[in-house]
Amino acid sequence: MNMQFDVEFLLGHMNYWLFVVLMMTGLYIVVARGNLLKKIVGLNIFQAAVFMLYISMGKISGGTAPIATGNPDEIYSNPLPHVLILTAIVVGIATTSLGLALIVRINESYGTIEEDEILELDRIKSDEEIEKLKTEASNSK
Amino acid sequence: MTPENLLITAMVLPLLACIACVLLPKQDNLRDGLTLVAAIALFVTVLAILDAYNAGQVVELNLWSFQPGIELAFSIEPLGLVFALVASSLWILTHIYGVGYMRGNKEIKHARFFACFAFAIFATMGIAFSANLLTLFLFYEFLTVSTYPLVAHKETPEAKAGARVYLGILMSTSIVFLLTAIIWTFVLTGQMDFTAGGILAGKIDDGMLAILLALFAFGIGKAALMPFHRWLPAAMVAPTPVSALLHAVAVVKAGVFSMLKIGVYIFGIDNLAATGASTWLMWLAAFSILAASIIAMQQDNLKRRLAYSTVSQLSYITLGVALASSMGAIGGGMHIVTHAFGKITLFMCAGAIYVATHKTEISQMRGLGRAMPFTFIAFGIGALSIIGLPPLGGSWSKWLLMVGAADANQQIMIGVLMLSSMLNVAYLLPIFARGFFLAQQDDDGAGWRERLSEAPLLCVLPPCITALSCLVLFFYAGEIQAFLAPIVSGGS
Amino acid sequence: MMSSVLSHSPILVVLLPLLAGPLCMLFGNRTIAYFVSILASLCSFLLSVYLLSLVSDGTVLSYHLGGWAPPLGIEYRVDAANALVLVIVSVISILTLPYARKSIEGEIAEKHHTLFYACFMMCFTGLMGVTITGDAFNVFVFLEVSSLSTYVLVALGAEKDRRALSAAYDYLILGTIGATFFVIGLGLIYMATGTLNMVDLAERITSLENNRTVRSGFAFIVVGMGVKVAIFPLHRWLPGAYTYAPSAISAFLAATATKVAIYVVMRFIFLVFSTKFGFEKDTLTFIFFPLAIVAMFAASFTAVYQVNLKRLLAFSSVAQIGYMLLGISLFTVTGLSAAMVHLFNHALTKGALFFAIGAIIYRIGSPMLPNMAGLGRKMPWTSAAIVIGGLSLIGVPGTVGFVSKWVLLKAALEQNYWLVSLAIVLSSLISIVYVWKIIEQLYLQPAKSDDAITEAPLSLLIPTWILILGSVWFGVNAEFTVQVSTTAAESLFHGKFLEPATIMGLEGRP
Repeated sequence: MNMQFDVEFLLGHMNYWLFVVLMMTGLYIVVARGNLLKKIVGLNIFQAAVFMLYISMGKISGGTAPIATGNPDEIYSNPLPHVLILTAIVVGIATTSLGLALIVRINESYGTIEEDEILELDRIKSDEEIEKLKTEASNSK
Repeated sequence: MTPENLLITAMVLPLLACIACVLLPKQDNLRDGLTLVAAIALFVTVLAILDAYNAGQVVELNLWSFQPGIELAFSIEPLGLVFALVASSLWILTHIYGVGYMRGNKEIKHARFFACFAFAIFATMGIAFSANLLTLFLFYEFLTVSTYPLVAHKETPEAKAGARVYLGILMSTSIVFLLTAIIWTFVLTGQMDFTAGGILAGKIDDGMLAILLALFAFGIGKAALMPFHRWLPAAMVAPTPVSALLHAVAVVKAGVFSMLKIGVYIFGIDNLAATGASTWLMWLAAFSILAASIIAMQQDNLKRRLAYSTVSQLSYITLGVALASSMGAIGGGMHIVTHAFGKITLFMCAGAIYVATHKTEISQMRGLGRAMPFTFIAFGIGALSIIGLPPLGGSWSKWLLMVGAADANQQIMIGVLMLSSMLNVAYLLPIFARGFFLAQQDDDGAGWRERLSEAPLLCVLPPCITALSCLVLFFYAGEIQAFLAPIVSGGS
Repeated sequence: MMSSVLSHSPILVVLLPLLAGPLCMLFGNRTIAYFVSILASLCSFLLSVYLLSLVSDGTVLSYHLGGWAPPLGIEYRVDAANALVLVIVSVISILTLPYARKSIEGEIAEKHHTLFYACFMMCFTGLMGVTITGDAFNVFVFLEVSSLSTYVLVALGAEKDRRALSAAYDYLILGTIGATFFVIGLGLIYMATGTLNMVDLAERITSLENNRTVRSGFAFIVVGMGVKVAIFPLHRWLPGAYTYAPSAISAFLAATATKVAIYVVMRFIFLVFSTKFGFEKDTLTFIFFPLAIVAMFAASFTAVYQVNLKRLLAFSSVAQIGYMLLGISLFTVTGLSAAMVHLFNHALTKGALFFAIGAIIYRIGSPMLPNMAGLGRKMPWTSAAIVIGGLSLIGVPGTVGFVSKWVLLKAALEQNYWLVSLAIVLSSLISIVYVWKIIEQLYLQPAKSDDAITEAPLSLLIPTWILILGSVWFGVNAEFTVQVSTTAAESLFHGKFLEPATIMGLEGRP
């Protein structure tokens, strides 16, 4: 392997580096943040990174927007990834809105949107359930 | 009726009885009567099948295809027919006995009891007539599952614990070893039909053959080969009719019957003899025979003693297969019959004693024989048959096994069998002797003649009949032997 | 007329429920919504059966959307494997709907019932679409259609237990990460090949074994779909979602969603990426294989300690997914057909079990095992269904579970994998423990005092028993399932799916 610092390689793949950084930022937020809302934000950053990966890969150097001009020699960007990502963006928006709606409902019934507190409340609830079963069992005996 | 229809009838009758029991939970007399009719009809059907078989008809029945090349199939061969005859004839007696026992003992949930009982008989018929390993396995598992509620019948914590051990061991061994062995056989040979002379010859090297045999031998947990015998004493928490029919006849005999069938029709006696793959099994069976007898001697609970005696006697049949000689296999087949009649007599007597006196421990049975003479005489006859004294059926099967051992040049096994007979004497006859020759008294020293009498007629009659059958079997042993002879002759 | 409609059946199986969803919302009446959904599912089912009958001999059908020829146009492809999955999904849908009509009465507020049917139809659409499409990006779109509606359906359980909300949220986060990983994977292989049509992809990828883009694409796709499949360490969302979703949805998801995802994994592994690739074989042998075995044991052990019956079954599902993965990772036709046959059989069994549990919850209002003491007497039919379903989970002969175990063991023994077959049988011993825990509770415990509990209503019992009888019938007469799944496995393994196909419907738009 060539141990030399390959500036050409690094710069030539600039879009990928950006994509990787952005993606990892998003994923980190999803995993590390306890606030449900911030998780959604992280998820959006994560998805945006993927959108950019797709969009950048359709780019052809010197190409213009893919509009039919009648000139067969025209160089234009590959429109397919762009179209695909349009779909993915729609899906992403749907996911975000659904996630937000769930957060609203969670806030209504739990009174918090911090993951730790929700887990704690859930744990208390299941402990109570089991406690109840135990007392019922001992009563019936 | 064509033989095929007879075969279907034999399968359907117990199933109908089962359904009738489920549908008639409250009408005790009607339900028990219908079941009795079904039991008698089943016996007649099996007799008719025997007739057809003797007339030279080939009876085969393919129901469904499980997978291309593997059918759910039934066929008639001597071994299965003998087993079916034993099970169906004893079902009649056990049913009568069971009615007397359940009512006399005021047990709960009669309908569930008799329904599961009938279903277990259905499974037994399936095992007896199965034409290939898959069908055998199917009904083998049916039998395990359907007898679980019977073992747990009393619903007490001990019953539940016993039933758990029962189910745990039987199901684990069958899934872990037996299923693996069956599929391995299928992968090796591409078929799994029971074929005279076996299907494994030349398909596998000798060492692996021994391993495959081990998988089968331990997989058939119902044969109670040590160290997988624990379920049988554990199952003794069941009501006595269950112990009688299922754990002296149907379940355990299904185990050793499968063992015989697999030894004869899958491995092939000649193949086993040629490769010596079964030598280790022979030693293990011998060990089982002696060890279980010794444990039996230490048991004070009558049913547990009988259970360990069964463990020991079952290994006779396994030994018959493992000897890898034709006489051994035939002796094993014969022992299925004679032991069934002998052991069921003992169990029914144990149950009759329990119904009449609620005594379960042998040490409490001093002098009981004079209060319940019929029960104890029947017990004595059954015990003598198990020990193998002429003129009782048990003597022939033991004799044939010894001949088999001699044929196979295993003189030590003859010694084992004789030693085992001595042990039988040591743990069975004292019960009988105690009943007649010791003073009657309870622990508090009071005599009890005035307080006790025989159990209800329905509980006493069946053991007397089976005891008589032990006697009759002695004179018909030659015919059974001749009937069983074809199972080892077709080794072409 | 009829034949021209039938020739469009590949698209109709997806299109009908897709239209039914919005229709349900537009009508706004729950009865009408119910009948619209039933009608759509029924049509989809009949068409799927028709498709299966066309392909069960090994032919492959290709349908060009709008007549645009692939690889530019979107193509739907039907072979024995996905036709079987289509039938499974649509059968379960038909059975779930009547069941749901009754069971959601106590679980979901009445004003949300139309919404429920609409979401259900969208979920159904998504699953059918994922299965039938021959275009890789289309898989993603349909996957998200079904996932998004699943999140909603799980969250609908919040009426009864608010933990449904957090379960749905967890599922949403994990599911979206999984789906996004999948898209990244698609993007990478698109970069390497310039196409998204599966047949075309397969063709171009064969020469790219050492291409790093293709390899990392494979990794992303497998991990992404792994979340949806609930491959062992990625299964965290599953127990929560199955436990707190409305009963009907638990049954539907358990029987279909993971199955469809597994099918997609199979398709990508065996068709899109070539089976000749070394890295793929390594993935199967060194990643899938151990994970499958760990799942079989770890999830089964966890199931033993559950008090909540739905949770218990959910963990058992994770274990059963392990069996399917094991079948895939054996990397033989028999192994693959074991996975296919178990996919079908487990759908029947788990669907039936969740239905039966739902019926009990409908009556006693609690999924907790100790509350079910002595129900065997009060709800005999439901309890009997649980017993038979449980026996099928164990793999007692006479049930479909046995057929699966049979084929799987056969596949392992054919390869002389002794330890593997030992693992299979040992792990099924654990299932004896948890199934027997349920059975003892139902039959051998004294019943609680309140005698008001009666047998579940017929509309809950009938779907349950159809599945139970199905699992007995196909357990005894397994020729059909074994044969279809073997054809399916061959189609996957030998790439028959990729061979020139019979074109259905419109052809060659100029």
